[in-house]
Amino acid sequence: MPELPDTGVDDEIGSGPTATEAFEREQHEFGGVAGDSGLLQVGAIEAGPASTRRRGAGLGFGAWAAIGWMGFIILIAVLAKVGILTWGDANESFASCARKGPLADEGGAKGFLLGCDSNGRDMIPRLALGAWTSLLVAVGAVTLGFIIGGTLGLIAGFTGGKTDTILTGMFNVLLSVPVIIMALALVAFLQGASGEEGALSPEMILIIAIGVVAIPLIGRITRASSLTWAQREFVLASRAQGAKSRRIMIREVLPNVLPAMFSIALLAIGIAIVAEGALAILGVGVRPPTPSWGNMIALDRGNLFKSPHIVFEASLLIFFTVLSLNLLGDVVRARFDVREGGL
Amino acid sequence: MELTKTVAKRLLQLVIVLLFVTMFTFLLIRLLPGDPTTTIIPFGTDAQRAVLRQDLGLDKPLYEQYADYLTNLLQGDLGKQYNSGRPVIDLVSQSLPVSLQLMIYAQFIALLFAIPLGIFTAYRAGTRSDKAINTSAFALLALPNFVLALFLSYFVGAQLKWLPTGGYAPGWLDQFFDSSRSPDLIEHARYLLLPAITLAVGQIAVYMRLLRSDMIATLQENFITMAKAKGLSNQRILWRHALRPSSLTLLTVAGLNVGTLIGGAVVIEVIYGIPGMGLKIYQAVFSKEYVELQSYVVVIAVLFVLVNFFVDFLYTVLDPRIRRARAS
Amino acid sequence: MSPSEDRFGDAPYDGPMLEVTDIKTYFETDRGLVRSVDGVSLTLERGKTIGIVGESGSGKTVLSRSIMGLLPKRGVVREGSVKFEGQEFIGIKPKEMRAFWGAQMSMIFQDPMTSLNPVMKVGNQITESIREHLDVSKSYAMELAENLLESVRIPEPRKRLKEYPHQLSGGMRQRVCIAVALACGPKLLFADEPTTALDVTVQAQVLDLMAAQQRERFMAMVLVTHDLGVVAGRADDIAVMYAGRIVEKAPTATLFANMKMPYTEALLSSIPKLAHDSHTRLATIPGRPPDLVHPPKGCKFAPRCTYVQDKCLEEEPPLTDLGGGHQYRCWFPVGTPGGAAALEKNRTSASPAPAAAVTSPVGGQA
Repeated sequence: MPELPDTGVDDEIGSGPTATEAFEREQHEFGGVAGDSGLLQVGAIEAGPASTRRRGAGLGFGAWAAIGWMGFIILIAVLAKVGILTWGDANESFASCARKGPLADEGGAKGFLLGCDSNGRDMIPRLALGAWTSLLVAVGAVTLGFIIGGTLGLIAGFTGGKTDTILTGMFNVLLSVPVIIMALALVAFLQGASGEEGALSPEMILIIAIGVVAIPLIGRITRASSLTWAQREFVLASRAQGAKSRRIMIREVLPNVLPAMFSIALLAIGIAIVAEGALAILGVGVRPPTPSWGNMIALDRGNLFKSPHIVFEASLLIFFTVLSLNLLGDVVRARFDVREGGL
Repeated sequence: MELTKTVAKRLLQLVIVLLFVTMFTFLLIRLLPGDPTTTIIPFGTDAQRAVLRQDLGLDKPLYEQYADYLTNLLQGDLGKQYNSGRPVIDLVSQSLPVSLQLMIYAQFIALLFAIPLGIFTAYRAGTRSDKAINTSAFALLALPNFVLALFLSYFVGAQLKWLPTGGYAPGWLDQFFDSSRSPDLIEHARYLLLPAITLAVGQIAVYMRLLRSDMIATLQENFITMAKAKGLSNQRILWRHALRPSSLTLLTVAGLNVGTLIGGAVVIEVIYGIPGMGLKIYQAVFSKEYVELQSYVVVIAVLFVLVNFFVDFLYTVLDPRIRRARAS
Repeated sequence: MSPSEDRFGDAPYDGPMLEVTDIKTYFETDRGLVRSVDGVSLTLERGKTIGIVGESGSGKTVLSRSIMGLLPKRGVVREGSVKFEGQEFIGIKPKEMRAFWGAQMSMIFQDPMTSLNPVMKVGNQITESIREHLDVSKSYAMELAENLLESVRIPEPRKRLKEYPHQLSGGMRQRVCIAVALACGPKLLFADEPTTALDVTVQAQVLDLMAAQQRERFMAMVLVTHDLGVVAGRADDIAVMYAGRIVEKAPTATLFANMKMPYTEALLSSIPKLAHDSHTRLATIPGRPPDLVHPPKGCKFAPRCTYVQDKCLEEEPPLTDLGGGHQYRCWFPVGTPGGAAALEKNRTSASPAPAAAVTSPVGGQA
């Protein structure tokens, strides 16, 4: 078997629980959902905190940087959408700039700090507006997923019995169809349903499609959490007091499930942003000229060879946003994770 | 006796799930908008469309359609692609092994890196190397794999021209599906290497962290101290004692991933131009080949359920305590 | 392998087999440095047993692991000297220690359920140790394993070899652990609360078994426990530990007959006896062990001692050697005029001494 490198730090194996380390053990109850749309990240949800920082140490540099970034992005997105600060016109084409990156020395790129896309449109306002679209879709989808999936999961975990079996069965059947295909089918269906005039905007369609796909995923996670809490003694105590089930569920179990769910939500938003991107590459979703980070990448992926900056810039934004969300999700979870038993 | 009862129970569950899955897929495809007849013969007359509709069985009531569909399915008839008249089963046997091989390679690469890394970081938990690796893994998770795919195909494919960026050559699995496709392993490897790496990268990060987490917990257990007290080397303790009890979560996730990726990693296949199931599905959706699409989805869903079933079974092999708990 | 044959073929060492001098083991934690073992010395000859007795938190488990060298390096301070057959352990590399572990010295742990690898067959767990240290074939190792299981009185040993730990009862599991520990014929055996996790009925059997093996193999044994009853008939010497130090050490008979430390006395009197009437209140030692990060000045047991005087809270008592292997640390020892006076003074005064669990000096019986 391959030898592990000995870095010279003395061996630690088998010395029993040490007084110095404080490792957290995560409860794994479900697996991740893979998929090339980046939904592998769901597995990361269960993988434990990124750092072994001790609790109560205050938010580290990473967390603050993440908050800063998210704040920045949200601000830009809102400002761009509302029209206050647009940094140029997202739709205006400048022929001279077409396909020129920020480093192009020919005159066309002057004044365009981030270059232009293949249609000569300034990248900066497009990225800003794209932020709005991508965030809107992601947050909308996750909200939808939580409202329906979260509720169903909460009920399933708490009620148990037949209801639980049926709901879990439903989740499992829904999940046996690959996520992309579900999403594609849903988008196609919704596009047809909204007719030629487009009663539903592409963003709305995406929100519904990604949201519906998220329902069984979020449902399963919520159910697991709900199940754990429902088995605790304080629920039993509540029942012994004569409280009605629904009341217990809402007043006792839900508040305990929420913090964990909030952390999952943050991660899910990141996943949804990536999902939007994947769907855009498949040619589905927000239609140009409306920019979204995903469709900017999709549109100009053919130009990757000559003008990599387009894809690069949008990808970088996605990367940092998802990274920040993941970090924040981790931090939230580490803060609110109540250890059973241990002091 | 107990074992057969358990197996029987599980098989029954399997059948029920499969039934629901096929029903669901059937309904799902029916949701897709548009009249397939207009897509298939856009310039035909109404009469021609009517004939076509009858051909496709679209005029029968829903439950009859489902019954027919199920019967055909059980006989191995997956229908025909209307545009070309080719039986879907041919298309499946052409594309399924492609996706399967891609998935196998991706998982293999992922585990190849993730297991040693997971063990190493658990062993050296808290040290600088652990933190560095963990941070990198964490960052890697934030990278969408279509971005990675685009960049890899650009830099390695177009710029450096080391590997091709599209196309396919048969590998070792294809011949079992279609004996006429003889392996060209070198080319096969060249075409699939980049896509497999792209798929594997994200998974490495996830697997590694899962394993690390479980191993750290296992290493605190008494039997590890006992193993140390026997005078065994660290390597042996890590690989022989600590790894097995810690690998359950990893197995669950890997198993689920296998099931999910059977359907082909659609976006990867599209970007790299790999003719797997994913690409076929993508094409079927857009060309509104509903019969074809339906069959694809059923095949994938069924395989997914079967893989999960198998993973479940593997559990009992890995952990004899579960074997006993289940049997009782 | 004959017991007296030195494994490395050198001339046998003529000093004590195990010589521990002023060993200290501290853990670095957020709260500070935890002084789990704060200066312990003892010696052990081959074939003899020393019992280390103390409450949880006294440092007895840490002591045994520290002597054997099983603690991690990171975050642990280990000082002093541990000599095994003249070989110094403190400061040597872990790789070198591995030659000793399993072959020269072994440990039996408290909880047999968690000491055995749950996913590995019992037989393999034994042969693993054998094959690590002895150059024998797999089948021979299995034979040895079967013999070992037989010698620890496990019925149907051949069948057991193929079973998993969870298929065995607690007592049997502990026997397996004993078999694993004895597999390579070590000269020194550490038993860390070996019977605490077992049923009372099984405890005696396991202890007898260990004693029998020890005699047969001429092993030295370090028996760590919180239960004086366990060591009563089975140890040659007893060391009583409190707050990381040995507070009294004596040959067994001497200890029970002529104990000097009030703590020892309290421990003894807290054992329920058959001779007592039913409904006799169980005597306990009130209070809690001291904080090992900021230990109190003076005698560590003082806050809970029934004999406590002001001097005890101020000054740490020195080690008094009574000869014959009897050592203790106390200002007002049991069975002395000074001690009796102190006890009487506390009993009659209204001073904030802890509730007397012992109302008269206990002498004599075990």
